[in-house]
Amino acid sequence: MPSLATRSRFPAWGLGLLLGLLPPALRAQAPPARGGDGSMPEGIQVPKPPFSEGIFPCTSCHDGKSMKVNPTPRPLTAMHDDIVLKHGPASRWCLDCHDAQDRDKLHLVSGEKIDFTVSYRLCGQCHGDKYRDWRVGVHGKRTGSWNGQKQYLLCVNCHNPHSPHFKPLKPMPPPVKPDRIQAWKGGAR
Amino acid sequence: MSETQDPRSAGSPAGCEGCGSGTSRRAFLGTAVAAVAGALVGCNNDHVEDFLQHNFRELSKAEVEEMIARLEREYKAQFGREVHVGNEPPLPGVIFGYALDLSRCIGCRRCVHACVQENNQSRDPQIQWIRVLQLDKEEGVDLRHADQYYDPPEVPEEGHFYMPVQCQQCKKPPCVKACPVGATWREKDGIVVVDYNWCIGCRYCMAACPYGARHFNWGEPHLPVEDLNPDTHLLGNRPRPKGVVEKCTFCIQRTRKGRYPACVEICPTGSRKFGNLLDPQSEIRYVLENKRVFKLKEDLNTQPNFFYFYGV
Repeated sequence: MPSLATRSRFPAWGLGLLLGLLPPALRAQAPPARGGDGSMPEGIQVPKPPFSEGIFPCTSCHDGKSMKVNPTPRPLTAMHDDIVLKHGPASRWCLDCHDAQDRDKLHLVSGEKIDFTVSYRLCGQCHGDKYRDWRVGVHGKRTGSWNGQKQYLLCVNCHNPHSPHFKPLKPMPPPVKPDRIQAWKGGAR
Repeated sequence: MSETQDPRSAGSPAGCEGCGSGTSRRAFLGTAVAAVAGALVGCNNDHVEDFLQHNFRELSKAEVEEMIARLEREYKAQFGREVHVGNEPPLPGVIFGYALDLSRCIGCRRCVHACVQENNQSRDPQIQWIRVLQLDKEEGVDLRHADQYYDPPEVPEEGHFYMPVQCQQCKKPPCVKACPVGATWREKDGIVVVDYNWCIGCRYCMAACPYGARHFNWGEPHLPVEDLNPDTHLLGNRPRPKGVVEKCTFCIQRTRKGRYPACVEICPTGSRKFGNLLDPQSEIRYVLENKRVFKLKEDLNTQPNFFYFYGV
């Protein structure tokens, strides 16, 4: 996985040129162009994944001993029957994303196992354009400072991964129509 | 003040008619001056200061500090709570820009109400700085088909899209041009502000604004104490008096301290993007460089720093 500095829209050659001009001793300390304060692997601060209560770690049930892995796609009845899978083609199935061997992980198409905290990498495999926009701060919500640390949200904070369409909301009250507004004479209120 | 003055000044011309001599004019003026002086002595010293204050941009640093101290005293007396009135100047090298993603906004109006809470607008009579328009997908951005009073159980509604409109912080603001007294101007960071103490309430700016972004305090603003946001800015969300115009300031009290505007932080869909137009690495610049962007009523050459874009 390339670092944020090279994957972001600032071309890698810019950084390369910059590094090339620096004396060798300085190269090691040269800070990444953007977002990499070193605190996070990719310089992106995300909240915890929004698990349902008591669901994680998955290995508390799926420990590989008491329950054998059944890789056959089927409607789930005994457990997780609340999950409605409405994401992409009908052939989509739990183990496309969840790892069958290590149940506390997800896996990419490449087979690489990843944590739930970096699930955006999994989403980004298909939704590359959204992933790109999200990384630069254009897709999705940002809080924090416009000129400093920003708080990102994971894809799954807004989109339920099992049925990702953004859920409709109840709108807040409309404005009062002008004929219903009373200006209080003499400011008596 | 005018109330205390009225009975006296109304009384003096009647007295002049009675005397009928050449000295009556002088006598009248004397009485009038005495009446005004009496009225001024009669009211609070803060009110006199308030009345005699100059345009904000002509005030010295010391005078601004006096003004802030006076306002904080007034608000303390009015609300019974400590109110901080800030005076953060524009940040150097910053021009604020705003972009709103029309393909994502669902018209939930969270921004409208977050703005009211943050910016101390009058709750009754109601003043809101953001107006969310519901538009027909078939018609596109055609304001003749706009409805701001939609109220279905759930949004977005089929066949519609939503366009929030607020102050566009124009580079050539017609409101500033129209103001006869210079009570509104564009700051160095691109925010168009109002000096509430200098505004005469003529509402020419409202007539000049093609976005309906300015709002007038027709009545005494009613703001419950528990709803008061005590973190304010002199040119922004401090409680306003009756008879002045107010508008969106990109949450000047927040953004000049590096925070996002309240509407950006509340938006559940992340449709609202904010940043420094002069910073090539900012989100706003990415939007302008990579997305399909338009300005509302671009043909009027108001040159807004508020952009609409399609994120998909």
